Amino acid sequence: MTFVAKPKVHHPNLPLNELGLTRRDYEGSVSTLCAGCGHDSVSAAIVQACAELSLPPHRFAKVSGIGCSSKTPSYFLNKSHGFNSVHGRMPSVMTGANLANRELLGIGVSGDGDSASIGLGQFAHIVRRRINMLYLVDNNGTYGLTKGQFSATNDKGSTSKKGAPNLYEPIDLVSMALQIGATFVARSFSGDKTQLVPLIKAALKHKGMAFIDVISPCVAFNNHNGSTKSYEFVREHTQELVNADLIMTHPEVTVDYAEGSREDVSMPDGSTLRLHKLDADYDAHDRVGALNYVQRSQEQGEVVTGLLYVDPDPVECHDIMDTVDQPLNELNEAQLCPGSAALADINASYR
Amino acid sequence: MQSTNVDDPNYFHKVVDCQWACPAHTPVPEYIRLIAEERYTEAYMLNWDSNVFPGVLGRTCDRPCEPACRRVRTEEKPVAICRLKRVAADNKGDVSAYMPAVPTAKNGKRIALIGAGPASLAVARDLLPFGYEVHLFEKDAKGGGFMRSQIPAFRLPEEVLDEEVERILDMGVVCHFGEEIGSMKTLMEQDFDAYFVGTGAPRGRDLELLGRQEVDDYIHIGIDWLSSVAFGHITEISGKVIVMGGGNTAMDCCRTSLRLGAESVKVVVRSAFEVMKASEWEKEDAMREGIPIINNRPPKEFVHENGKLKGVLFECVEPVRGEDGRLRYEPTGEPDEFIEADHVLMAIGQDNHCPWIERDLGIEFDKWDCPVLDEVTLQSDNPKVFFGGDSAFGPENIIWASAHAHRAAISIHLLCQGKDLKADRPPEGVNLLSTKMGVHEWAYDAEHDASARNLVPLVEHTTALTNIKVEVELGFDEALAAQEAQRCLNCDVQTVFAEKLCIECDACVDICPMDCISFVTNDEEPALRQTLTAPAMNTEQALYVSTDLPTGRVMVKDEDVCLHCGLCAERCPTNAWDMQRSVVHVPQLGSFAS
Ligand SMILES: Cc1cc2nc3c(=O)[nH]c(=O)nc-3n(C[C@H](O)[C@H](O)[C@H](O)COP(=O)(O)OP(=O)(O)OC[C@H]3O[C@@H](n4cnc5c(N)ncnc54)[C@H](O)[C@@H]3O)c2cc1C
Ligand SMILES: Cc1ncc(C[n+]2csc(CCOP(=O)(O)OP(=O)(O)O)c2C)c(N)n1
Ligand code: SF4
Ligand code: SF4
Ligand code: SF4
Ligand SMILES: [Mg+2]
Repeated sequence: MTFVAKPKVHHPNLPLNELGLTRRDYEGSVSTLCAGCGHDSVSAAIVQACAELSLPPHRFAKVSGIGCSSKTPSYFLNKSHGFNSVHGRMPSVMTGANLANRELLGIGVSGDGDSASIGLGQFAHIVRRRINMLYLVDNNGTYGLTKGQFSATNDKGSTSKKGAPNLYEPIDLVSMALQIGATFVARSFSGDKTQLVPLIKAALKHKGMAFIDVISPCVAFNNHNGSTKSYEFVREHTQELVNADLIMTHPEVTVDYAEGSREDVSMPDGSTLRLHKLDADYDAHDRVGALNYVQRSQEQGEVVTGLLYVDPDPVECHDIMDTVDQPLNELNEAQLCPGSAALADINASYR
Repeated sequence: MQSTNVDDPNYFHKVVDCQWACPAHTPVPEYIRLIAEERYTEAYMLNWDSNVFPGVLGRTCDRPCEPACRRVRTEEKPVAICRLKRVAADNKGDVSAYMPAVPTAKNGKRIALIGAGPASLAVARDLLPFGYEVHLFEKDAKGGGFMRSQIPAFRLPEEVLDEEVERILDMGVVCHFGEEIGSMKTLMEQDFDAYFVGTGAPRGRDLELLGRQEVDDYIHIGIDWLSSVAFGHITEISGKVIVMGGGNTAMDCCRTSLRLGAESVKVVVRSAFEVMKASEWEKEDAMREGIPIINNRPPKEFVHENGKLKGVLFECVEPVRGEDGRLRYEPTGEPDEFIEADHVLMAIGQDNHCPWIERDLGIEFDKWDCPVLDEVTLQSDNPKVFFGGDSAFGPENIIWASAHAHRAAISIHLLCQGKDLKADRPPEGVNLLSTKMGVHEWAYDAEHDASARNLVPLVEHTTALTNIKVEVELGFDEALAAQEAQRCLNCDVQTVFAEKLCIECDACVDICPMDCISFVTNDEEPALRQTLTAPAMNTEQALYVSTDLPTGRVMVKDEDVCLHCGLCAERCPTNAWDMQRSVVHVPQLGSFAS
């Protein structure tokens, strides 16, 4: 935990985005997490992504549950709406916020304990409902805040800091999200911002349920030799599959990748999502194929990262419910109470 | 890029921008911390050790350290380094206990110093503790050189100068005041073991214009006039005064004229305002006193009537920047401008001039009449003769005189011991000490203070202008000094990286407020500078590059705008970053710090 506050002064050449803000304007208060915690890097990646997209900070709703991971919304976007809810209940609060005001940019941050243990039911249902949001899990395979118990995403056989092995099968949130209906599913690593920042940008631009599982080492309780979520293990066992780039205006600007192939997906706002597939045969629009690929790699002890699945034509909750375009919290009395004549018409339709 | 060799003492020295820029390499952040702790005597002594005249320099230094100060790059205005030095001098206690001991039994070597300016005085100070018999020859009645004869009392009170000159003389200098050396050859007959020439650059330039000879009585060479004022031979100037020239001498001439009763004073400069030689603050001081500075006016003619000066005719030009980036001056086409004047002070530069050194003594001179010297040892072609201060490479300033003196003193000492002046010179060194005190505790005030530069309080305007002896600046009081001291970034507390400990977690990258740190693929320097978190455009400032890390990348830190806030070290889970205070050992004879 840092005691010296981060000075306001910044690099003289820090670029301004389209709103005239610097990246520093997207930061939050200084983190109280352990020095070196992967979660802080994820917060930094969110800050960078939001700043680069020139998104207005006050249009965000950041919601979380309980855990070190769930503390992090305090550490980014301090000019936005926020709700630090109870353990595992981020999805309920986010659902409410999104239903009331569909124009808010939703970021839900949760932990592997928060989402795969106490909040597993909530996780399943918000994904199933396809709320338009970025659901990001800081996955460290442990209950960091309560000092290092195994979480439900911890791999069987991996050990605690003292050496005791985990006896249970892991829950893979990526596989679940693929199965239940997320329209954007990715996995990344807190120690690789080159991959993570573009994924967050793409997820924020995605209209629908975007889920990112970010492996984020816990330096205090789960960064030892027997861990499968340590900096060293993840770096050694990562297989990058599909990297994403969000190209705002000039799709002709290309970065040439040596291997694999390239595919462009148009986004609703006119930007282009460019996929760099490191395995040319991989189909990032095949839900079942993605599920198989992820599970098979997992069995081989490999961690596949990147944008694993994206629905180019996503459907989100408001589409399913056919709500009005105007945010519900903006509807005025006349719209909400159209009068007795309208009520009579409705009643008549049921006769 | 090659990984950085931090064992090279210059690497960390260069990060301390102020100390690096100071010719005498004064340990600035260290003395500023001492001032913050109200340890003024120690702060004074630290200065005295390296620059010899802290009370004088705290008021008059040309302060090359300030434009170099890192704070200029992080938020425009430098730390008031110079005026903090004055605070140490103003508030110090008794320093006698700190003075180096001078042996009563001498070492048998006799050294002659010619001229009692800052250069010779500093050589004397460095040599005396080693038992040398030091003879000082000076044509004037008192020591101090130009510090006494040129710098006006409203910038430097006599008591301040006297104290620091006497402190040295009291160490046991054999003084020969009022003794002008008319022949080096004769002096050398006394067979001293070494000679140090510190006679300055005493000849003020003149301008041979139309009418110059006819009005000789009304035209004064700036430096001669200033010394006449300093020694009380001139006490007034009447009528309208034009000061010609744009350097610091011009600024002293105009402000002095104003105090001696001139009806009006104008500074007229041939070149543009921006390229004037005078420092920013000296121009400001003159303008604050209501003196107009008229630029782009090369003089053409002295206009006179019946042997009396009427004024000066100036051509009107304008600066044009040529394709080579240089300024050229082209006529504007306007008619010549006539400016009325009863007196003209010429402040257009000084030259070296040593007619008293015979040219057959083995001392070579170049075409500008400057001695041919070895830049490091300051030895002339006659191995026993050394030069320093303005007499060495032309007019500089007091802090350069001190710096030269240290070099010359080492050379003289080596020479007298029969050692090689180059091979046996003490090397520069650097020591690093961790400032880590506890989990979140550092032995320095790491927190960044965002406040603006404090202004030095001044004496009331009319009082200042009526008495030439009234010092214009009042100096910082202790409270202001404490505030100003907080602005120093402690650039000597270095960020030191231990690659073996780094787990590449990015924590330092994320926390750094100035985007100094990057983990990237290594490349050639120009390309590498572009790929960093914030492109490193200031090529004057070093990149600190690690050896290869486990991911194959390198850590690159751009030293340019680092606040030395220690957040990287606070955030690092493995202590791969540590904040370590660097102590630079500048070779210097008799330094009590080493
Ligand atoms: C108007 C003016 C203002 C200045 N203001 C500043 C300032 O604010 N800050 C700053 O840092 N610098 C300033 N300087 C420059 C500074 O004064 C000099 O750079 C510095 O004093 C040089 O020191 P020195 O020891 O080399 O020689 P000097 O200070 O010039 O001393 C030389 C001494 O040698 C004596 N001497 C000369 N020839 C002989 C001889 N043949 N025999 C015996 N004695 C002899 C002279 O009388 C003199 O005392 C100023 C200069 C001028 C002209
Ligand atoms: C209802 C409830 N049950 C249990 C807890 C105790 N608790 C706090 S945080 C936490 C686990 C958090 O783990 P995770 O979501 O992985 O977050 P991390 O700290 O690892 O980032 C638990 C069990 C609680 N706060 N509330
Ligand atoms: S901030 Fe302090 S240490 Fe750094 S260059 Fe300026 S005066 Fe020197
Ligand atoms: S001390 Fe460290 S964190 Fe602070 S500015 Fe310098 S590199 Fe950045
Ligand atoms: S915080 Fe420390 S361990 Fe982490 S990347 Fe920086 S230097 Fe390396
Ligand atoms: Mg966890």
